[in-house]
Amino acid sequence: MPAIEAIGLERTFDGDIKAVAGVDLEVADGEIYAFLGPNGAGKTTMVRMLTTLLRPTGGSASVAGYDVVADAAGVRRAIGVALQEAALDPLMTGRELIRLQATLHGLNRQAGREKADALLERVDLVDAADRQVGTYSGGMRRRLDLASALVHEPKVLFLDEPTTGLDPVSRRTIWEEVEQLNREGTTVFLTTQYLEEADQLANRVGIIDYGRIVAEDTPARLKTGVGHPRLEIRLLDDGAERAQGIVAQFGKPLPRKDGAVLVELERGAAQVAPVVRALDEAGLKVESLDLVEPTLDDVFLEKTGHHLEPDEPETGEVE
Amino acid sequence: MTVNDLRVIAALGARSVKQTFRRPQLMAPIIIFPSILLAIQTAGAGRAVDLPGFPEVQNFLSFMLAGAMIQSTLLAGNSGGIALAVDIEMGFTDRLLAAPISRFGIVLGRLAGTAALAGLSAIWFIVVGLIFGASIQEGVPGALLMIFFVVLSGVAFGGIGASVALRTGSASVVQGLFPIVFVILFLSSAFFPVTLMLEPAASVAEYNPLSFIVEGIRDPVISSVTWSVFGKAMGALALLGAIGIGLSALALRRRLRTGG
Repeated sequence: MPAIEAIGLERTFDGDIKAVAGVDLEVADGEIYAFLGPNGAGKTTMVRMLTTLLRPTGGSASVAGYDVVADAAGVRRAIGVALQEAALDPLMTGRELIRLQATLHGLNRQAGREKADALLERVDLVDAADRQVGTYSGGMRRRLDLASALVHEPKVLFLDEPTTGLDPVSRRTIWEEVEQLNREGTTVFLTTQYLEEADQLANRVGIIDYGRIVAEDTPARLKTGVGHPRLEIRLLDDGAERAQGIVAQFGKPLPRKDGAVLVELERGAAQVAPVVRALDEAGLKVESLDLVEPTLDDVFLEKTGHHLEPDEPETGEVE
Repeated sequence: MTVNDLRVIAALGARSVKQTFRRPQLMAPIIIFPSILLAIQTAGAGRAVDLPGFPEVQNFLSFMLAGAMIQSTLLAGNSGGIALAVDIEMGFTDRLLAAPISRFGIVLGRLAGTAALAGLSAIWFIVVGLIFGASIQEGVPGALLMIFFVVLSGVAFGGIGASVALRTGSASVVQGLFPIVFVILFLSSAFFPVTLMLEPAASVAEYNPLSFIVEGIRDPVISSVTWSVFGKAMGALALLGAIGIGLSALALRRRLRTGG
């Protein structure tokens, strides 16, 4: 039995806006599955339907064997949820929040106390446990949110953009915790707009755009599927248009990214020198060259026709 | 309703009370504003008791206590609605909705908190009143009856605040009800006897359910409890409670169906 299954799942909002447009999905028990897509792709709507926060308008889905509509209570008993932006009450302390979560999941007072102590230790928040959440940094909030989702040792854990806006160090801490949870047997369904996160964490990635899954496989197979290395060329002065014409003789030109001219090279490194010579002969001065192996962004580009542009992470966070 | 449902309601109620104490802007309307208004009115209009037709009372403070309590409770209901709307805005309600609990328990938890705050405010005004010269004719049982009515009022008014919060999901909209609260309050017998009001205010106040509740709270302070006043107060509370809780249930159902 898959941990998560969706068949033709749909959600249409007022005004005939289709946020999720017929998603078929199967996540195996013990898997980390990442939904990768830009803002507005339908990731959060999908999570809200699978966690029973939103009724589907079409199709069906089950989580841990429970139907999300017919047996929503069963789903809620089996899942842990950490929603986007860490929806925490800034006036509660970390310890109060986890104890409340324990009560919500039917743990008695003593068990709730013990669980709160253990989880705060696990996410390294013991020292901040009795401070109001409003004083926490973004990374601390996410760790607390994650801890609170684990109170009842869920079979399936949903993480909606668990690291959006976090600095790289905090992000890595969350990744390590997610990997550890998965090693302990928890199935993880996460949404992300970060390519690296999907690449590093997920056993399988589903790329979602405009409410549909446009590609789904392991990160390695997805990248292999888009083919060849890509040469990224930055020029010292104008001439990108001309350069694009020149590099097209050597491989498949790709849409420009951040001012760089891109070309896919079938023979990789062996073709770099001829490309540089051709640009030089045309009088174009090269500032830098990067030969880049295919990434999930390439997969995204190939499948959707545009690049994935995630939100900027926060900086200067102090814990 | 299971034992665990009751534990959840109690836990959410306790959170609601703590939240109010930790957020001064929620606490001020419940205790500070009504206390100031009580002090100003008692000091400035104390001789109103000498007006022909004014009910027989020991002093104006004794008459005003019920008004201050009901003002505090109305504002507690409004503050509870604001706090619930803030929970919705920041996504905290989703955390609760994703838990394996009765979803209406989330509303009941909020109402339990509002009722507890209303009870605390009733105790506050009784203590303040006794310190500054009011007396409760029915003694301790009368004081308990006052607290009982105020707590039930907290549930009723909290339900109305919660229904607006659930329907709109906007703290600023719920906050916008403040002026309406005062209009309803001043068109009742909270601060002035109906017999001394001019028309059409007198007719409005006479049939305003709030007046029945106020009289129910006031009765044990200024005279002995009469069944007709008690019955009318209970009837008004049942009506407003049914409206508040019913509208909350409908608004919650709509929110769950539409997702917002």
